Amino acid sequence: MRMNGAQAVLESLKKEGVDIVFGYPGGVVLKLYDELYKMKFPHILTGHEQGAVHAADGYARASGKVGVVFATSGPGAANLITGIATANMDSVPLVCITGQVANPAIGKDSFQEVDVCGITTPITKHNYLVKNVKDLPRIIKEAFFIARTGRPGPVCIDVAADVFNTEFEFAYPETVKLRGYNGQYTGDPAEIDAVAEALEQAEKPLIFFGGGVTLSDTSDALRAIVQRLGVPTASTLMGLGCVAQDTKGYLGFAGMHGSYGANMAIQECDLLVCIGMRFSDRVTGRVAEFAPNAKIVHFELDIAEVNKNVAVDYRVLGDLRWSLPILLEKLQASKTDFAGKYAAWMEHVLAVGAEHPFSYQEDGDIIKPGALIRKISSLSDDRTIAVTDVGQHQMWAAQFFAARNPRQFLTSGGLGTMGYGLPAAMGAKVACPDKKVILFTGDGSIMMNCQEMATIADHDIDIKIVILHNFILGMVGQWQRLFYNHHYSQSILKGKRDFVKLADAMGIKGYRLEKKEELETRLPEILAEPGPALIDCIVPEDENVIPMVPGGKRLDQMVLGGKN
Amino acid sequence: MENTEIMQKYLLAVLVDNKPGVLTHVAGLISRRAFNIESISAGYTEEPSVTRINIVVSVESENELDQVVNQLAKLIDVIKIVNLSKAPSIERELVMIKIRATKESRADILNIVNIFRAKIVDLSQENVVIELTGQQSKIDAIVEVLSEYEIVEIARTGAIGLSRGPVPVKKM
Repeated sequence: MRMNGAQAVLESLKKEGVDIVFGYPGGVVLKLYDELYKMKFPHILTGHEQGAVHAADGYARASGKVGVVFATSGPGAANLITGIATANMDSVPLVCITGQVANPAIGKDSFQEVDVCGITTPITKHNYLVKNVKDLPRIIKEAFFIARTGRPGPVCIDVAADVFNTEFEFAYPETVKLRGYNGQYTGDPAEIDAVAEALEQAEKPLIFFGGGVTLSDTSDALRAIVQRLGVPTASTLMGLGCVAQDTKGYLGFAGMHGSYGANMAIQECDLLVCIGMRFSDRVTGRVAEFAPNAKIVHFELDIAEVNKNVAVDYRVLGDLRWSLPILLEKLQASKTDFAGKYAAWMEHVLAVGAEHPFSYQEDGDIIKPGALIRKISSLSDDRTIAVTDVGQHQMWAAQFFAARNPRQFLTSGGLGTMGYGLPAAMGAKVACPDKKVILFTGDGSIMMNCQEMATIADHDIDIKIVILHNFILGMVGQWQRLFYNHHYSQSILKGKRDFVKLADAMGIKGYRLEKKEELETRLPEILAEPGPALIDCIVPEDENVIPMVPGGKRLDQMVLGGKN
Repeated sequence: MENTEIMQKYLLAVLVDNKPGVLTHVAGLISRRAFNIESISAGYTEEPSVTRINIVVSVESENELDQVVNQLAKLIDVIKIVNLSKAPSIERELVMIKIRATKESRADILNIVNIFRAKIVDLSQENVVIELTGQQSKIDAIVEVLSEYEIVEIARTGAIGLSRGPVPVKKM
């Protein structure tokens, strides 16, 4: 079929099943947006390109599909960078299509020119500069294939402006031919035999799962393995929801602000079965003394993650969709009474965990962050998606929001991007219109992309924005309180900002909760009302997130309990 | 570059798609992962669609070497990586050295050139240009010996290599 490059982009997106694009127009993508207009291709105009890319990220995390972003050249593309890096760190599949200046203008420091491939190389799974329209269909096909297969990630396609205008004979390729990448990760079953044998030998095993289980949609297999073994489990921040919170032996998430029970179990276990996680410094604590008594198993698709941060004793290299069912089959075939064998250990870890559960101290009328999030969690159903920004509220949300299923707790884990939450929540709701979406954010984070309130108002995207408003950059303040002599350097937010008025100005409803009893008297009906709303919840400024493993300490050297 | 005495050097032959941006991808990866490289060179191969990049990496441990190889292998446009230092192979580097040569010193320099089986490729009243191909250690040696004279400039290609025997890297 004969068409121009702009039409070819949109036709290719249709072939890939893309049902929405998040983006922002500009000079070199005018032709692309003109064809989008004529084709009535679904598109959400955000207030900022950073909002568009985080929205596509939230869409991808909530749905498992590839999120798609359009931006113009120069500043448009540059504004995507934080969002691309966020997606890259958490292995989120995105395809970002940016306009580039026209071929003859490339390299001349032309108006709104920036080297997109140069800038995005360290933060993408792959990137392309399209200079010839004939390459366009193949490159788009490859980009989607690369983004969604293997370890997912963002792919950038930078398209020279004249390519959009050039007519050619369009044919979308059926298959992808890449000599250096096939997206297939089937490994050696003998490696799984070794793990099954190690589980037979172990007395104190722990299953420790991460975001890889979410990405590969293998939580069913994981849950079946956990059930067969009767083994304690712990999550990483990115794995929340892959094992239901009420599963016997589930100890919560581990790491810097993780649960006492999970961290202690990691340090005490004799076999640590790590599944789809990458030993981030936030989860290992002092890495040299991580799980000192354990043989470590690593189920992982990306060979570069094996032995990167932590040396492992057994590896199972391959896609979890391949390895976990085989492990399950082997365990089902075994006659061992695993649960009986591990019973004493299970009892021990549960008792240890019960010594210091996630908790908070009530204080008169004041709304405690833990109480607020726990209340919202209790008002949520099994499908509600919680999205967070970054900071104290993020950790409290991880601690007190009970994620029951994968893709139900969306957070910027690896990059820790403040400003991620609001646009990501918007994208999640667009992906899953029949699910409730709650954003937990702070008075610092919300300001970083608050322009997207106008976007959710324009499109009537029904998310509830819960601001844990403590008049301080809480996590910065916590570190200053604990390690910098209470020098609250540039972290105090005692301005005159009024979030209820801001919500009103942006076109959504705004509410303020200041007293504990309002969690009972007002919160349920506000959450139940249809349509987007902002709930400004005043919480104390000096509350610490605990437990806490201070930098450089072992996981069992947690700071526990007690105010300040 | 500190701790050079405990660093091990390896020559990696990296076959990549001959596409725009591939050198950025390889160089960008090396820099962002903070890997130490001694040299890098690239050129066409027997297949027009394939470029061969020769990288000499300097690592502290086998584990670090694995990291370099695994991270490079993850790049979409990398087709194949072979560690030539761990296979029977031939390694060569080319150096060109421009050196000030007066009437008095010229004979000495020529003597050194002959001992190293190097070649004089340019000669003027004031200087000579020497060309030498060999293993890195040999090149280091001639540079060391010539440092007694006034070296004007040096250009080195970095090491390249081929496996011994009939099997090419792409089939290893």
